[in-house]
Amino acid sequence: MQKIGVFVCWCGSNIAATVDVKAVVDAVSHEPGVVYATDYQYMCSEGGQSQIRQAIKDFGLTGIVVCSCSPRMHESTFRKTAISAGLNPYMVEIANIREQCSWIHKDREDATEKAIILARTAVAKLNLNRPLTPGESPVVKRALVIGGGIAGIQSALDIAEAGYEVDIVEKSPTIGGKMAQLDKTFPTLDCAACILTPKMVDAASNENINLYTYSEVEDVSGFVGNFTVKIRKKARSINADICSGCGVCTEKCPSRKAKDEFNMGLSNRGAIYIPFAQAIPNVPVIDREQCIKFKTGKCGLCEMNCPAGAIDFKQQDELVERQYGAIIVATGFKPISLENFDEFSYSQCPDVITSLELERIMNAAGPTKGKLLRPSDNTPPRTMVFVQCVGSRDTSGCGKTYCSKICCMYTAKHAMLIKEKYPDIDVHVFYIDVRTPGKNFDEFYRRAVEEYGVNYIKGMVGKVAERNGKLLVQGSDLLADDQIIIEADMVVLATAIEPDESARNLATMLTASIDTNDFFTEAHPKLRPVESPTAGVYLSGVCQGPKDIPETVAQASAAAAKVIGLLAKDKLRSNPCVASSNEMLCNGCSTCENVCPYGAISYVSKEIRSAGKMEVRRVAEVNEAICQGCGACTVVCPSGAMDLKGFTNKQIMAEVDAICR
Amino acid sequence: MQRIFGLIKDRVGALLADGTVDRVIGWEKGEFLYDHTPAIFNAEDDLVDLVYDGFCASNLSKYLIDESKKDGKILALLKPCDTYNFNQLIKEHRINRDNVYVLGIECRGMLDIDKIRALGIKGIEKVEEQGDELYIQTIYGDKTCKRNEVLLEKCINCKGKEHVAYDELVTSGEDIPQVESNRFEDVEKLEAMTSDERFAFWRGELSKCIRCNACRNVCPICSCVECVFDNKDSVVASKANTDEFEENLFHIIRAFHVAGRCTDCGECSRVCPQGIPLHLLNRKIIKDINEFYGEYQAGQDTNSLGPLTDFTKEDVEPSIITEKGGEK
Amino acid sequence: MSIEKTEDSNFEPLIVAFCCNWCSYAGADLAGTSRLSYPANVKIIRVPCSCRVNPMFILRAFQRGADGVIICGCHPGDCHYSTGNYYARRRMTLLFSMLDYLGIERGRTRVEWVSAAEGVKFSTVMNEFSKTIHELGENKKLRDLRCKEFLD
Repeated sequence: MQKIGVFVCWCGSNIAATVDVKAVVDAVSHEPGVVYATDYQYMCSEGGQSQIRQAIKDFGLTGIVVCSCSPRMHESTFRKTAISAGLNPYMVEIANIREQCSWIHKDREDATEKAIILARTAVAKLNLNRPLTPGESPVVKRALVIGGGIAGIQSALDIAEAGYEVDIVEKSPTIGGKMAQLDKTFPTLDCAACILTPKMVDAASNENINLYTYSEVEDVSGFVGNFTVKIRKKARSINADICSGCGVCTEKCPSRKAKDEFNMGLSNRGAIYIPFAQAIPNVPVIDREQCIKFKTGKCGLCEMNCPAGAIDFKQQDELVERQYGAIIVATGFKPISLENFDEFSYSQCPDVITSLELERIMNAAGPTKGKLLRPSDNTPPRTMVFVQCVGSRDTSGCGKTYCSKICCMYTAKHAMLIKEKYPDIDVHVFYIDVRTPGKNFDEFYRRAVEEYGVNYIKGMVGKVAERNGKLLVQGSDLLADDQIIIEADMVVLATAIEPDESARNLATMLTASIDTNDFFTEAHPKLRPVESPTAGVYLSGVCQGPKDIPETVAQASAAAAKVIGLLAKDKLRSNPCVASSNEMLCNGCSTCENVCPYGAISYVSKEIRSAGKMEVRRVAEVNEAICQGCGACTVVCPSGAMDLKGFTNKQIMAEVDAICR
Repeated sequence: MQRIFGLIKDRVGALLADGTVDRVIGWEKGEFLYDHTPAIFNAEDDLVDLVYDGFCASNLSKYLIDESKKDGKILALLKPCDTYNFNQLIKEHRINRDNVYVLGIECRGMLDIDKIRALGIKGIEKVEEQGDELYIQTIYGDKTCKRNEVLLEKCINCKGKEHVAYDELVTSGEDIPQVESNRFEDVEKLEAMTSDERFAFWRGELSKCIRCNACRNVCPICSCVECVFDNKDSVVASKANTDEFEENLFHIIRAFHVAGRCTDCGECSRVCPQGIPLHLLNRKIIKDINEFYGEYQAGQDTNSLGPLTDFTKEDVEPSIITEKGGEK
Repeated sequence: MSIEKTEDSNFEPLIVAFCCNWCSYAGADLAGTSRLSYPANVKIIRVPCSCRVNPMFILRAFQRGADGVIICGCHPGDCHYSTGNYYARRRMTLLFSMLDYLGIERGRTRVEWVSAAEGVKFSTVMNEFSKTIHELGENKKLRDLRCKEFLD
C-alpha cells in the first residue's frame, strides 16, 4: 500500500477563488492510500516545496499528488522536489486544477467538485505508480556521416572541429558530390569549385576525419550512442597507400569508351580514372567493367607505367566494422530520369540537355573547356530555351508532385551567365511560377529579367522537335493567351531532383522512415527538422527534402550541432516511461514491431518456463534507449503483453474508474 | 466425396510411409455422425480412423501452433478456407512452417446438420454424398436432399475456393458447384435497422451467451499465449458472465482483438451452442475495413501489414461514423 | 427493447476526454489560460499519444457510467511520434462503427484533432460535445449497474 501525500495549491487566488481548497483536502484525505493532505498558497514556491519535502520525511510518503497548475508547467519542479527528499521522481502525479478547472469554471460548487474528482483520479493513478529509473547507456564518441557531398563534408567538419572523430562514407571514388559538378553558384555567382574544394581539402587533412570513399554502408545495428556499422570498401584496384596520384596511369589507359560520370556523359574517360582534377582522395580507380585487363586478361599498361607500383588487379572488397554514437544521413539527390518526358525529345536530340549537363558545358574544366557549344555539332547556339518544372509539381504521375526548389534560381543563374558571356544569344525561359524566396534571391532573378533581358514566358512547353538542325519549341504563353513556337539551338530542361537511389535501402538499415518520395522524414516537421524519428540518426541536406546550398550547409551544421550535443554526453539517460513486454504473455506475433515508429522493438528467442516446463519462445524485447513511449505497441498487442511504464493499462483504467465513480 | 477421401487417404498413407511426415492431423469419427473431431494419427495403421466428408468443418490450423513446436514434421489436412488461417498464423510467427506439411484438400462445402433436420429429416443414421445429392438413411427410411441447400453458413459465403498455402494439393478434378452469395447481406440488414432495433437485436442475441468460451477456444486467431480474459492482471479478466453487460464487453473486445486478423472462417458461429451469430460482429469489421481502407482479406498472404497496423494519410476520419445521417 | 430518452432536465452528463500530452492536453491548458469555459462535466485523462487509447478504456468508461467519450490528438501529420494518430484514427473509426452497429448512440463517441495552439477549438469542441450528450441523455445501454451499486 502506498502512503500518499496530497498537496493542494491555492495558486494565490487563481485556484482558491473558484475552488474550495479546504474541501478538496478534506475529500481526498479519505481516499485509499492517502495519509496526509494539506493546502498552501503557492506550492511551487520554496515554502511550498519545503512543506512537501518535510511531509515526505515526516510521514514516510511513497508518493505525492500535487493539485495545482498543469503538469506541463510544474511537473518537473515537483519531481525535483521529490528527488531532493529522496523520493523517486516518477512517484509524483499532478492534478491539473487550474488550467482545467478553476480557470474555466465560474461556479464554485462545480469547480470544487471537479477538483475533488481530478485529485482522486490522480490518487487512483498514483496508487499504481512504481518508481522508475531512467536507463543509461554509454556513448561511443565517434560519428558517421553517410554521403560526402557538401552536406556531409560540412557536418563532418563541424563535428571534427568540436573534437570528435568522424568518418565519412562516400559511395563514389571522391568526395564533393553534386556541388563539385556545378560551375557557379547563385545568387553570388562565385565558382562552386573555389568554395567547395578548400572544404574538401580541409576534410581530408583534418585528423579527426576519416574518409571511406568508394565505400558503402552495408549493415547497421545498435541504437543511439552505440551503433555498429559494417562498411564495404569496394576494391579500387589501387594500393592507395603508395599511389602518388601522378595520373600517368589514367593517360596511358587505352580504354576510352566509358562515359565520364562527372561530365554527365558528355565526354569519355579511361577505365582507370580520377573523376576530376581536385578529387579527394587523389587516387584513381579501375572501372572493372571497362578495363581491358579485367575483360580479356591482356593489357596491364597502367601497371607497367605506374612509377609507384600501386596498381593491384587482385585487390578485394574490404569489410570494415566500426562503432558510432551518432549517424548523419547526407545521401543527397540526383536528377530524375526523363524517360517519362518524351515530349522534350531529350533522348533523341543531343542539344536538349539537362541543367546539370549545362553546368558541365559551362565549366572551364568541362567537356568544352567552358565554351558554350551544342553537343551535336560543337557550334555556338544563337537561341536557347530553358524549360522549368520538368517533372516537378507534376500531378500527371510522370514526375514528382513536389517543387524541386532550386530550379528557378539556377535557371536565372544560367540565363544570366549566358547573357553575360554571350550577349547576342536569345534566352527564353518557360515557367509555371518563379519562386525566389531567399536572401537576395528575388533581386537576382529580377536582374536576369531587367538587366540582362532574359525573356520569361509564363507557360509550359508542349513539345520539342528537331527540324533541319534546329529545335522547334512549341509552348504556350499564358499571359498573352497565345501558342508560340521558338526555333532554338539548345533546350535546357530544369529536371526535377529526387533522393539518391540508396536512400530507401539505407532507411531500412537505419529503421529511419522515408516519405512516399523516398525523402527521409524528420522527427518533427517544425521543431525537430534535422533529426530523424530514430534516435541518434540525423539528417543533412537534400536527403530530407529539396534545398539549395546555403540551406544544405545550414542544415548540415545544425545536424552536426545535434551530434556534438549527443557525443558530449558520457552517458545517455532515457525517458523511463517506455514500453515493456511481459514475456510470459508475449505471442511473438510481431504486431508491435510493425507499428513502432522507432524500430525499438526486436524479437528474440528465449527460454520461458511455462506450466512447469521450459520452452523456447519468440518474444518481444523493447530497447529502452530507443523507445520514446508513445504506446502504439500497447494497443495493438493482442495478448496485453505490452504495457507502457508511467501510463500502464491499469493506471489508465484506474483513472477512468475514478472519474466515473 | 468418397473419391476424394480415397485419394487423400492414399496420399497421407504414402507420405507417412516414406517418412516425409511423422504425424498427421486430420479428423476422426466423433460421437455422432456429424461431429467429426480433430485427431492426430501417428502411424499408417491408425489411418483406419481417418475420415473426410461433409462434417469435417473444424479448422485444423489452430492446432498447428502447438503441433509444429514438437519434433518431427506434421501433415495437416487443410481445406481452402483453413489455409487463410494457416497463413495468418504464419504471419504472426505462431506456426513453425518448417515442421508442417500442408496437404491442401478439395472441399465441396461443409454440411449443417441443423439445416438437414430443418428439412424434416430426423433419426439420421447415415449420410452419403454423391455429387450434389445427399442420400440420407434414417430410422424412418431413406431420404434425399440437395447438398447446396444444407451447407453451413460459412460455406455458402465461402470466401475462397483456392488454397492460399500448401505443399501439395489433392483434388478429384470434378467440378465443384458454386453458390451465389453476398456474405455481407446480413450485416447490411442490420445496418439498415434503427439504432434501437440493432440494440434490441444484439441484446437479444448476446444475452443468450453462457460464456462457455467455445467461440474463443475454436477461433484460430484467438490463440494468445494467455487470453486477456483469463489474465487477472489485464483489468478485463472475467471468466464467467456476472451480468448482462459482460457478454457485450466480452464479445466487443473479442471482435476487436481479432479485427484485421479475422479471416472470416465462421467457426465462432458454428460452434456456439446458443446459436449466436457471432460472425456478424467480425464480418461488420471486415466490411468496414473493405469500405474504408480497401479490400483486405486476412491470411491472403504472409507478409502484408494488417489494416490496423497500417494507415494512409488520407484515411477517413472517425466522424464518418459519428456524423452519419439520420437518427443519432 | 427501446430505450427512452431521459427527459430529466437535471441530467448532468459525465464525459471522459482522452487527450494526447503534446497537442490536445496543451490545447486544453491554453483554453484554461485563455479562460475559455466549457462544462465542468468534462474530465481529462492525459495519455502520451492518441494511439495509447485502448478501445478497452473507452468501453470501461461507458461501463462505469460515462455518457460520452472523446479522444483528442494531434492533427494528422503533426503527431509528436509521427504516426500514432494515424493508427488511432483507424482504430477509433472501426470501434465507433462497431458501437453504432451494436445500437449504441453514435453521438456518444467522438475524435477531434486539437493542436496546442487551438484553445478556442478545444473549448468549442467540449461545449458542443457536452451539448450533444446532454441531448442524448443518460447512457443506459452500456452502463454496468453492478459496478455502480458496488461502489456507492
